Amino acid sequence: MITELDRRNFLFGGVAALGATWTAAHWPSIVAAAEHAHHVALFPEDQKWEFFTREEAKEVEALASCILPSDGTPGAREAGVVYFIDRALVTFSVDDQKTYRQGLPELQKRVAELFPGVAIFSAATPEQQIAVLESLDELGDKTAAQRPQRLRYRTSAAQPLFETLRVHTIAGFLIDPEVERKGNRGGVGWTVIGRELGHSFQPPFSAIDKGYPGWQPANAIHVAAAQDSEKK
Amino acid sequence: MKTEQPKYKNSDVVDFVIVGSGAAGGILAKELSSNGFSVVVLEQGPYLTEKDFVHDEIKVLQEDLLTNHPKLQPTTVRKTPQDKAKQQRALVYGRAVGGTSNHFTANFWRFHEIDFKERSKTGPISGTTFSDWPISYADLEPYYSKVEWEVGVSGLAGASPFDPPRSKPYPMPPLPTKANGIIFERAARKLGWNPFPAPMAILSQPRAGRSACVNCGFCLAFGCEVGAKSSSLASMIPLAERSGKCEIRPNSYVHKIEIDDRGRATGALYFDEKRNVHLQKAKAVILSANGAETPRLLLLSASNKFPSGLANSSGYVGKNLMFNSSAVSVGVFDEPSNDYKGFAVSRILHDFYELDAQKVGFYGGGGLDARFDLTPIGFGLGALPPGSPRWGKDFKAALAHNFTRTFEIFGHGTSLPVEDNSFSVDPDLKDAWGLPALRLTYKDHPDDLKLAHWLADRSTELLDAAGAKQKWTFPIDEQQFGVHLLGTCRMGNDPKTSVVNPDHQTHDVKNLFLCDGSSLVTSGRGQPTMTIMALAFRAADRIMALAKRGELA
Repeated sequence: MITELDRRNFLFGGVAALGATWTAAHWPSIVAAAEHAHHVALFPEDQKWEFFTREEAKEVEALASCILPSDGTPGAREAGVVYFIDRALVTFSVDDQKTYRQGLPELQKRVAELFPGVAIFSAATPEQQIAVLESLDELGDKTAAQRPQRLRYRTSAAQPLFETLRVHTIAGFLIDPEVERKGNRGGVGWTVIGRELGHSFQPPFSAIDKGYPGWQPANAIHVAAAQDSEKK
Repeated sequence: MKTEQPKYKNSDVVDFVIVGSGAAGGILAKELSSNGFSVVVLEQGPYLTEKDFVHDEIKVLQEDLLTNHPKLQPTTVRKTPQDKAKQQRALVYGRAVGGTSNHFTANFWRFHEIDFKERSKTGPISGTTFSDWPISYADLEPYYSKVEWEVGVSGLAGASPFDPPRSKPYPMPPLPTKANGIIFERAARKLGWNPFPAPMAILSQPRAGRSACVNCGFCLAFGCEVGAKSSSLASMIPLAERSGKCEIRPNSYVHKIEIDDRGRATGALYFDEKRNVHLQKAKAVILSANGAETPRLLLLSASNKFPSGLANSSGYVGKNLMFNSSAVSVGVFDEPSNDYKGFAVSRILHDFYELDAQKVGFYGGGGLDARFDLTPIGFGLGALPPGSPRWGKDFKAALAHNFTRTFEIFGHGTSLPVEDNSFSVDPDLKDAWGLPALRLTYKDHPDDLKLAHWLADRSTELLDAAGAKQKWTFPIDEQQFGVHLLGTCRMGNDPKTSVVNPDHQTHDVKNLFLCDGSSLVTSGRGQPTMTIMALAFRAADRIMALAKRGELA
């Protein structure tokens, strides 16, 4: 756990000192979070859920895992998204409780309709699970015609389960791993999208700005460009 | 860091009560208190400090850590005065000590000379109240320099051939150049345009006890945890507190300005955190509550003496609202640019600041910047190209590929003042304190929408020249939501067509001043905070001169 004093020292320690300080300060929590994620992936009997029943949690984990699968890189499962959603439903997303509590039995009905003999979503094969979600995704193939929307995190209640789950899963995968929301365990979500962990960076930020000589007045550039084109 | 402040009693008649502690209120508080005047600042929101400025997208964006809360302060929206307004989120503003300056992008362009006298040059435009300012760029120039040096702006003087004259260079070099700035610069130069280092209200070097930017990447919508962003909270409030003459009183929601029989303001009535009502007495009152809450407060302060709202003899309180027009185009590139690191913007261009209406067929002008201002969840929810998968393996792959390879070209432009576009009070809806809610009426002038499309076309050209592999523009719709809240108590010499005079003094009440986005006469090209701050420094000088001449009594 990083103390407030560590944090202040870190923040005011100056840019040069940041790399090492940052890693030293954060590595233990990152490792701890990763170990915890590994542990909870086993779904221990004694896991205390804040909102879900154990059975609901298993269903939600399977659902979230379809939104962001574990396919060679970590997905929703490794990021602990189900724990994020469980906490969300007793904190900032209380309004969405009904969506899950009523939506999950409806989902199971859909599973049974499509695949007689399969009782619950988490017991279905991966192919069956995708087929069930496709049947729930009302936008489905129509996404090409959808208007792009510049969104920030803001949900509204009364969306169908699929949409709420999709937003919750993305949020639980990409939330700052240092905040107390139980999502993005070990920062795996950020690692998957190529975001380095941490909250302080020094230039160069990429290969593009690495060799950049700095801004120069346009006329200097234009003269050089004119000379170039003469040569050609 | 909070320092000890004086505690004034409600019954103390302080020299000034200032409503709001944002871009304008913070500067006025610092200027007045450090010149020996006693000041109480009443701020609606809480007093947060750097340790509260977390990178939790849920807390900041869903739970409104820094901003007005749509459940406590619901709003209504309609397009024209003939429509019935529907409950809908109309605006976002900063609701904490420091106001909107806590979470802004910190693009800090000065207005240009043309912004102050464009009506004379252009002629009348039908359907608008387009007017010149009663002051010129030259009047405001010393105060722009003051903002740059005292509040803290990084930039490079003389880098733009379109820059207005300036009396001083910037106090600090520009922030580091981001990859998106380099790509933007190269493409713009191919097209013959003039990109230059963006002036930003973010410290590129440690200054005045504040840290330089650490490039955390949580800038727009977030508060700065190292005080590098030049908010009022980081730059001005500490100085006001150190004067020993200024009390910042958070969680104080002003709902009425008290007026005596002579028609002079005597103080501000406000709810404290427990919703008890107090009257803070003062010799003069300054409203810097933003372009929505300042006019609302004047309308809520209607009385027998001022039946249509306080200081509203012109009928212009709340009207002529301008949001600025804008367009956002997005490009995805082959090579990672990692623009999630750092502040949002490092290159802009002003080649289109003043378009030739004869040529383009509409009035307007604007600027372009290259930016990446989306934090990870925001990116995951709304930044993949249209038609991308929304879940599953391919969705994850698209997120993984695009996050480090995406940035936006943001076009910022003028809005024309239209009298019907306004903030007023809703006749039915109440907020959590039982006060009439804000009602937005807004319909973009057709020229503003034409400008937004025109800017999007230039952004698309730029993305092509830059070699973007995929590109798209977010739909340009009529605006029904705003964050730039401008023009709603405009400045002017004529009391029939303006609310405040060039000293920010209301035409109707001698000891009542208004200074914030509401004072603007025109919208500029989309970056209003620099001008709001410059106006506040100037207003402080004007108000102190009046006070010293005994003209506020």
